[in-house]
Amino acid sequence: MALITFTNKGIYCKQGDFYIDPWLPVNLAVTTHGHADHVKWGNKAYLCHELTKPILQHRLGDLNIQTLPYRKEININGVKISLYPAGHVIGSAQIRLEYKGEICVVSGDYKVEYDGISTAFEPVKCHTFVSESTFGLPIYKWQPQQDIFNQIRNWISINRDKNQTTVLIAYSLGKAQRLMSGLTGYGDMYVHSSIANLNEAFLKAGVILPTTIPITPETSKESLQKGIVIVPPALAEGKWIKSLTNAATGICSGWMQVRAGRRWRSADAGFALSDHADWPGLLSAIKATEAEKVFVTHGYSAIFSKYLNEIGIEAEEVKTQYGDEEEEDNVELNKV
Amino acid sequence: MSNKTNDKMLALVDYFNEADDMDKPYVIAMFTGKRPKRPVNTSLIKQWAIELCNLPEWLFAECYHNVGDLSETIALILPPPASISNRKLHEWINDLALLNNKDEAFKKQFIIKAWDSLETSERFIFNKLISGNFRIGVSSKILVNALAKQSDIESSKIMHSIMGKWLPSEINYSDLINGTHVNTDSSWPYPFCLAYALEAVPSSLGEPWEWQAEWKWDGIRGQIVKRNGELFIWSRGEELVTEQFPELHFLLQELDDGTVLDGEILSVKDGKVQAFSILQQRLNRKTINKNQLNDAPIGFYTYDLLEYQGRDLRDELLSKRRQSLEAVISSLKTKNVAMLSPIVPFNQWDELAKLRESSRDLNSEGIMLKKLGSLYHSGRKRGDWWKWKINPYTVDTVMIYAQKGSGRRANFYTDYTFAVRDGDQLITIAKAYSGLTDKEIKEVNAFVVKNAIEKFGPVRTVKPELVFEIAFEGIAESKRHKAGLALRFPRIARWRKDKKADEINTLDDLRQLLQATLLPPI
Repeated sequence: MALITFTNKGIYCKQGDFYIDPWLPVNLAVTTHGHADHVKWGNKAYLCHELTKPILQHRLGDLNIQTLPYRKEININGVKISLYPAGHVIGSAQIRLEYKGEICVVSGDYKVEYDGISTAFEPVKCHTFVSESTFGLPIYKWQPQQDIFNQIRNWISINRDKNQTTVLIAYSLGKAQRLMSGLTGYGDMYVHSSIANLNEAFLKAGVILPTTIPITPETSKESLQKGIVIVPPALAEGKWIKSLTNAATGICSGWMQVRAGRRWRSADAGFALSDHADWPGLLSAIKATEAEKVFVTHGYSAIFSKYLNEIGIEAEEVKTQYGDEEEEDNVELNKV
Repeated sequence: MSNKTNDKMLALVDYFNEADDMDKPYVIAMFTGKRPKRPVNTSLIKQWAIELCNLPEWLFAECYHNVGDLSETIALILPPPASISNRKLHEWINDLALLNNKDEAFKKQFIIKAWDSLETSERFIFNKLISGNFRIGVSSKILVNALAKQSDIESSKIMHSIMGKWLPSEINYSDLINGTHVNTDSSWPYPFCLAYALEAVPSSLGEPWEWQAEWKWDGIRGQIVKRNGELFIWSRGEELVTEQFPELHFLLQELDDGTVLDGEILSVKDGKVQAFSILQQRLNRKTINKNQLNDAPIGFYTYDLLEYQGRDLRDELLSKRRQSLEAVISSLKTKNVAMLSPIVPFNQWDELAKLRESSRDLNSEGIMLKKLGSLYHSGRKRGDWWKWKINPYTVDTVMIYAQKGSGRRANFYTDYTFAVRDGDQLITIAKAYSGLTDKEIKEVNAFVVKNAIEKFGPVRTVKPELVFEIAFEGIAESKRHKAGLALRFPRIARWRKDKKADEINTLDDLRQLLQATLLPPI
């Protein structure tokens, strides 16, 4: 019998009687990472990577959380569980399950390029692999991170020459820390409180992050002018940004790869900096697992699974409730 | 590139400050539609790209649907270039022009080699060049404004210069924008006076006798300039459209030098204004054939006289300008081509409101109200000119297809196709992007996911259940559409949750409406 099934509550392992990233409350939620579309409040117990714990505590409060470092195995009802780096955000993990020699890996969200701040993705051999497909079209091929950071840095200097405040739009969990690490040394970094609070939670857990300045009502617009301002997407159209009279906003997201994506969000600049695997990344990751069966979740799941089948990798599209990362930042904003 | 008009304009200014002088006339030529002949047809380019990236054709089609632009899809999907070349734009364009006489194998080799030497963004531009379709959200107006700002020359002069006859290979940038090949002293137009939409009741405007009422005509607002023995026709977008309307060229002989008329370019047959759908056959064409001249003859309904005997009249009162206008029009020897836009007489606002109800019978969009004591303002100024439009047409339809949006909206069904009833059948009559709120989009999306019947590539057929009221501005015959007709500016007016699919309109309802608009007006 299969090691996982897709139920109306989430991905279920019957042998171990636990769920992976469930969207309805269950007894044990094994959690790939801290984005709100992958972890919900209300489960009796959580199992996640040790660096995901501060995120869950920060977001969902005091919970029953058991943690694991990467690659350490535990046993639940006879199913061996271990976590492997997914490279998506800090603490993100692929969940490896093994039962009577049968191996299944649920990867949650992942990217294959090392981003300088999340532990680098590591392929895991398995029989069954569950893959996202957020950018599962061959038009999505990322430039090397270094090139994108160079573009962002150039843009920042152009803005400074024009006396414009640089505002970068980035998810508070993941993208924001990645920008902080990539832009260290290019000016004071001012972050929105939702990002500052998460940073603080990381610092308490012992993660070393670049120094940033939280934006408060007292922060003067002049000091922002010379620095770099990082805010979450939910604020992109908000009053606060509009109150910065001379600001240039840049969105950092894989969707910026396509002109239609850039037009849809009316920003001054778009940088295709993504925490998800691009087309070559998805294909290389899947091939590296040598899986006999691939389940394709959120994204271009129909197209991507059809293509996998055509190139000889058995694949099936499954419906999940993942894929709305923006929801996460709304949660953050409601809290602060 | 940004989608803010001003940013685009500033980006162009930066470009013209820094670009290679040889390149500039080519860029202006491309943005104004003076493009070289397409050296390779689009389907071949697509085929070569698919071969190069070794992907199935259906997957390419999915990508194309998602990107929405063939040149961009190819630019994104090709393997990375082997090396980057630093060739100038004009060198590329001259090479492309030479391709025209070559065989297919040569063309293919040239293009594949070019792709392999360009970055993604350069490939995009290159593909636009070879497909001969250079519409990338920069209107000639934005370009002209940028050139005006960069060179400090008046924008109407630049418009005239670049609309003139010239070849990028034979003119330098400075001569081009200074208009040495044309005489820009004669052509300059005045800024149009524009009206605000009247939202309040007209009685709020004061006494009826203070106002002049005219029909609001649904054509192309135009300005006719006759100076120094030359005639120029400007459209509201400040584009020169003189060549498109030969019926009006007699004005070169019949108007005095130093005359400028403001009015509406319309199709007028047997003294009656025809529907906009008929005028449309005459717009944006490089050549006009006999049938088009016959079916959609052009007339000009004059609203105002802005210059007479070389004198600017815009500071005179409307009542006085109207008198002068009437004198100019009655002095024309050729009758019934350039006419007065008739004044709608009324004594009471109620009376005018009743007349307004009959606007559609005249192929008019409603009533224009102009204060008799007003000057001719530049642009929009609140208070003196009002447009009092009639409501749009509406039709109740049912959604039968849904398609996902692109980019960030790729996860939501946001593009819908709507149908009306034709006997037992449903027949599509309009496609509209969502005019719905985010909440409604999510609701419709959930419905589509649950009620999808079949997949055709990215399109889902859905259970015909959701009823939407579609608003539109006009209706025209169309051989390209199965229904035999097409709606103008269709958009979702509202989601009729109160209606069921058997309560929607029929194709006959729309056919009757079409016939009514095509009948000669009363």
